[in-house]
Amino acid sequence: MTSISQRSSGGRTVRLVALVAVALLMSYPLLWLVASSFKPEQLIFSEPGLIPSSFTWANYADGWTRVGIPFGAFMLNSAVICILSIVGNLFSCSLAAYAFARLQFPFSKIAFGLMLVTLMLPFHVTVLPQYIVFQNLGMVNTILPLVLPKFFAVDAFFIFLLVQFIRGVPRDLDQAAEMDGCNKYQIFFYIIFPICRPALVLVAIFTFLWTWNDFFSQLIYLSQVERYTAPLALNLFIDATSGESAWGMLFAMSVVTLLPLFILFVIFQKQIAEGIATTGLKG
Amino acid sequence: MSAIGLKDVRKSYGSVEVISSIDLDIEQGEFVVFVGPSGCGKSTLLRMIAGLEGIDGGTLSIDGVVANDIAPARRGIAMVFQSYALYPHMSVYENLAFSLRIAHVDKAEIDRRVRNAAAMLQLEPYLSRRPRALSGGQRQRVAIGRAIVREAKVFLFDEPLSNLDAALRVATRIEIAKLKERLPDTTMIYVTHDQVEAMTLADRIVVLNGGNVEQVGRPVELYESPANLFVAGFIGSPAMNFLPCRLEHQGERTLVQIDGAEQTAIAFGSGGRSGAEAGTLGVRPESLHIAEAGAALITGMVELVEHLGEVTILYVAAGLGQPVLAKLSKTQDFAKGDRVSLSAASTDLYAFDASGDALPRLG
Ligand SMILES: Nc1ncnc2c1ncn2[C@@H]1O[C@H](COP(=O)(O)OP(=O)(O)O)[C@@H](O)[C@H]1O
Ligand SMILES: [Mg+2]
Repeated sequence: MTSISQRSSGGRTVRLVALVAVALLMSYPLLWLVASSFKPEQLIFSEPGLIPSSFTWANYADGWTRVGIPFGAFMLNSAVICILSIVGNLFSCSLAAYAFARLQFPFSKIAFGLMLVTLMLPFHVTVLPQYIVFQNLGMVNTILPLVLPKFFAVDAFFIFLLVQFIRGVPRDLDQAAEMDGCNKYQIFFYIIFPICRPALVLVAIFTFLWTWNDFFSQLIYLSQVERYTAPLALNLFIDATSGESAWGMLFAMSVVTLLPLFILFVIFQKQIAEGIATTGLKG
Repeated sequence: MSAIGLKDVRKSYGSVEVISSIDLDIEQGEFVVFVGPSGCGKSTLLRMIAGLEGIDGGTLSIDGVVANDIAPARRGIAMVFQSYALYPHMSVYENLAFSLRIAHVDKAEIDRRVRNAAAMLQLEPYLSRRPRALSGGQRQRVAIGRAIVREAKVFLFDEPLSNLDAALRVATRIEIAKLKERLPDTTMIYVTHDQVEAMTLADRIVVLNGGNVEQVGRPVELYESPANLFVAGFIGSPAMNFLPCRLEHQGERTLVQIDGAEQTAIAFGSGGRSGAEAGTLGVRPESLHIAEAGAALITGMVELVEHLGEVTILYVAAGLGQPVLAKLSKTQDFAKGDRVSLSAASTDLYAFDASGDALPRLG
């Protein structure tokens, strides 16, 4: 009895040490980024350790205003795009998923297959035609190209995720709602949509993550500095031509940009794990 | 004018006919039970009445109006699902109120009806709970409550007790019987594969088999005069014993002969049949008793004895493949291996022709 529990607690320690070691290894670049943001510029590349020998807030204070516009404005731009993308994805993807999972319509199987194929289509294939379309629509240099598509269920991955989730919801619920007088839209809004909450939390979080961290499409479509998002603004700190990049401030503002993601994960840790665990399983 | 009328109603899934030409009239306020083995189409028929399944042929009328194409919610019908189908994200109160909210009933009226139903079903302490936090029996009551709140003219129940344990099943069965008494004008259609539920609840039983109606009648009628072998075997527990026999039709009368039986020349009405054919003699386990000398219907060896207290059930091997069951009220001492002779009053015997239809009794 004791020997078993001792052995298992010994095993537990070994596992714990291994996990912590791997976690440290994986997060080292991140820790280095955070540490460097508190170092004076000249120490960043000369002093290798994580613990700064002299500590300064200057990178944060200077970095915030360096571009001429407070860095908060870029964060706000990012946030607006994120929120609109999340709202768009939540409604459009869940509606599309409901249609695929529950409604019978001509060519629904083929449409579902086509949608899955778009999962495999590389982003780079569509970016040019898309750009031309938005240019013809006069939407370039606005946030519309980044946000508008989200309202038309373009994220096939989320649709697939939600289809799997809805398929796990017993059909009796739809039929009970039908007996209770709901039409298809009411069944969706009153029954299916709220029941999908764990999957929707996942959709919202990943939409936020991918939109917040997006650089390429924001770079293509936004050209006015006032409309820049946080990642685009960070790019301004690297001056490729003069070679005089403000690394300290770049790191400081990078940390600021990462903060919302960090807070999000801390708050929603449980829901994220739950969402991943229940998605696709029987509801 | 009947509350629910089915005329030549049919349903197929692809090429498989699940419901084949059903005719049935259900009166207002009646408690009708559809009973039959699993897969016989009970749920399908119920769901066709509810409007959740389309009707491929024939007409369904509700209060005399053809209802084939009326939307489920407009039929004045409420349904209690086998799985209860409670909305998991809503409280009990919201579950009960949902249909009324959709119908834009005003708040005070919703509240009155919900509280009324909750009182009727002793659900008041649980109104703010989610279904997840309820026991099986409580969920069941919420499911019934949803039907009550709608004040529907017709309640449909699809095997409502099948997810409950044995003790709760009996209690809930009694609750449903009481509910019917409190709502005398509400028509109820109840689906079950359990003939005990059917016998105890029904005003009228509809025995279904393979998408056909085998017989419709009051519980006692089905028990006392089953129309055919299927109904005879389905109603009653333990099931009726069947013995192969020869039928000799002689004018108005038919004589039944059983190989090796001393009790001979049992007569039934021929019902216009003629000639001779192989048939089946049926006798219920509870009708059998120990035979007097020279009058045995069945003789055989006791295979198994079940003492149930007030009754003893004998399994008698009589060379028929299947043992013959006898339910004896006297707790006489029997042991495995005993030879017993059994007989029954001729009024307790049933005869079925080669196609399985019951022969009429004489007199
Ligand atoms: N959606 C469906 N598609 C094909 N066959 C079905 C469908 N629903 C039911 N069936 C078949 O119809 C028959 C009757 O089913 P059901 O009415 O559920 O039986 P019961 O409720 O009497 O057990 C069964 O054989 C079943 O396999
Ligand atoms: Mg069924």
